[in-house]
Amino acid sequence: MVDPVILIPSLINGLTTGALYALVALGLTLIYGVLHIINFAHGALLMLALFGVFFLNQIFGIDPYWALLIVPPAMFVIGYGLQRGIIGKASHGRDENILLVTLGLSIIIENMSLYFFRSDTRTVDTPYSFEVVEFAGAFLPLPKVIAFFGALITAGLLWAFMSKTDLGRAIRALAKERKGARLVGINVDHVFAMSFGIGIGCLGVAACLLMPSYYVNPQVGYGFVLIAFTTVVLGGMGSFVGAMIGGLIIGVVEAMGGLFLGDSLGQFGIFAIFILILLFRPTGLLGHKA
Amino acid sequence: MTKTTPFSIKRRTFIAGSGAAALAAGVTGFPAVLRAQAPDPVRIGLVHPVTGFIAFSGTQCRAGAEMAIADINAAGGIQSLGGAQLEAMLADSQGRPELGASETARLIEGGAAGIVAGFSSAISLATTQEAAKTNTPHVVDVGVADDIVNRGLTNTFRFAPGYGAVAQSAVARLDEINKAANSPAKTAVIIHEESLFGTGTANLMSEELPKIGIEVLSVIRHANPTRDFTNIALQLRSLQPDLIIPANYYNEYVLLARTLRQQRIEAKGIYSVLGGAASNVQFVQEFPEAAEFIMDCNHWYDPNSEVALQRRAAAEAKNLFYTYEVFCAYNAVAFLADAIERAGSTEKEAVIEALNGSTWDNHGMPYGPTEIVNGQNQGAQAVNTQVQNGKIEVVLPAEFASAEAVFPMPSAG
Repeated sequence: MVDPVILIPSLINGLTTGALYALVALGLTLIYGVLHIINFAHGALLMLALFGVFFLNQIFGIDPYWALLIVPPAMFVIGYGLQRGIIGKASHGRDENILLVTLGLSIIIENMSLYFFRSDTRTVDTPYSFEVVEFAGAFLPLPKVIAFFGALITAGLLWAFMSKTDLGRAIRALAKERKGARLVGINVDHVFAMSFGIGIGCLGVAACLLMPSYYVNPQVGYGFVLIAFTTVVLGGMGSFVGAMIGGLIIGVVEAMGGLFLGDSLGQFGIFAIFILILLFRPTGLLGHKA
Repeated sequence: MTKTTPFSIKRRTFIAGSGAAALAAGVTGFPAVLRAQAPDPVRIGLVHPVTGFIAFSGTQCRAGAEMAIADINAAGGIQSLGGAQLEAMLADSQGRPELGASETARLIEGGAAGIVAGFSSAISLATTQEAAKTNTPHVVDVGVADDIVNRGLTNTFRFAPGYGAVAQSAVARLDEINKAANSPAKTAVIIHEESLFGTGTANLMSEELPKIGIEVLSVIRHANPTRDFTNIALQLRSLQPDLIIPANYYNEYVLLARTLRQQRIEAKGIYSVLGGAASNVQFVQEFPEAAEFIMDCNHWYDPNSEVALQRRAAAEAKNLFYTYEVFCAYNAVAFLADAIERAGSTEKEAVIEALNGSTWDNHGMPYGPTEIVNGQNQGAQAVNTQVQNGKIEVVLPAEFASAEAVFPMPSAG
């Protein structure tokens, strides 16, 4: 029998964990939801960003939050380069090729990380790693509270970018009608690469906010990528607000599932939701019909 | 008329000369070349999960096994086989039993004289079974499930202890520590990972703990990987056990220890059984405050053994964390190599016979000479360690102890 005293703290914890899932899913909803690129390398690129944060901290003593000035732009450049130089060229515009190319990329990135960084699990120790914020009877780790608000801000910025800027409008135009976008003068290859770069840049933000409370090793991406795809489908393809809400729901469902069904079965609820959404609302909570 | 020069050689002369030279070489020179030829290398198959969710442990195992091979080769190889060098055949199980089995089959087909595998219990069950099909000698390095050696497979050996023996030691020593402190611990919660190792250990502990007067309030199982331990920490806050008993792999152990500290969960003791990080030098170095006073009943070397200390220094000189995976895999290879040495052969039956009759003692572990019964080394035992002042100290058994146990653990404040 679950003690009612721990229900509220568990719920709040689920929300903060969900914000981390949303952070990882925000980039994916742009890449997968808007551009329909099934990016199997999403987890591997998250791992690469986490290693970036880790090494900046270990070698140069840069705090993970200061790394926000370095890692997201670096990941944007990597993402842009990957799309322009490898994914776009190797896939020849065919979805099944994109799937295989990104899968191949993930294998290469993970194995190279294993070779260069070894399989050790690394963490960063910051002065605030064990700091907590007391709220409604719950001890919330400070890094998770920061990640929660970081996710909200990132989702808001992405929404504003997509709806208020020319590039955002171009991305949306491309998502709706690729040929039409080309006809009105949009540089399709460039916009594709920019979108991919921004999506991967979001992983850089996620890595900076995640690292103070988590760890990195070459396999760390696996734990997040499936959850991220589920979040995108739940929230609605291409919806940043949907990704945010989806992430929070998944975090809460996982926490409650863990509490009532046991931690080993905590993820059962997540995938049950995934199947139910696909059956009864395939466009997701805030998605639109294609 | 044939024109000749002082250096010209007629065809017939050349053939005759060549024949004579060949004959001379056959009588004198060639046997010398044959005598100098190196003996065939002895291939040892190493199957470890060097990728996948337990890659850290698998990589550590491989590093330990390769260190043993390098040391044995540097010392002249297998003397009874003319100084034959050991050759590692490497395979990656990716943390998956079925892959472990198929890789074992591949290595045996490739000429492996023996197999050392497979870190996890589930993988070791699969690799030993596969090796049994060809009666290939197989030494399990770390896999602790008792079924590994209880299935009657004559090719299967384990140098280190199984979880049955570890759980019994863990309970007996916990009783000793608790009684010495006037029995402050009366309740416990067991937190374990969901695979064979964690589940088996948790089952044994929950059966044994009530026998020493400790009530098990809850047994909490978690998946691999688990991204967040806050729920478990909240349950601990609600249950308020005197003892927290984790049995899980490194990554989850680190997250659990961090979360317990963040959530201000305090108990009279954190007493791990085969804990993934409590006896791990890396964990202690990276989180000295979270690790302080954690106790563990785990594989550990004899701190008074020169052999063990030299091996630790050699491993650390290579920037390797000297974790239990390293010395368990090292000793598994050395145990197998010793048997091949005494067998004077790589014939499978001869090596198995030598393993069964092994009395090897150059291992630096608190075991005494090996004594094999049904594949299990009878003297193998876990020891109790405790992190004290940022160092991993052996606290029990007393004959191997480097410090006294601190229990109950002081409050973090």
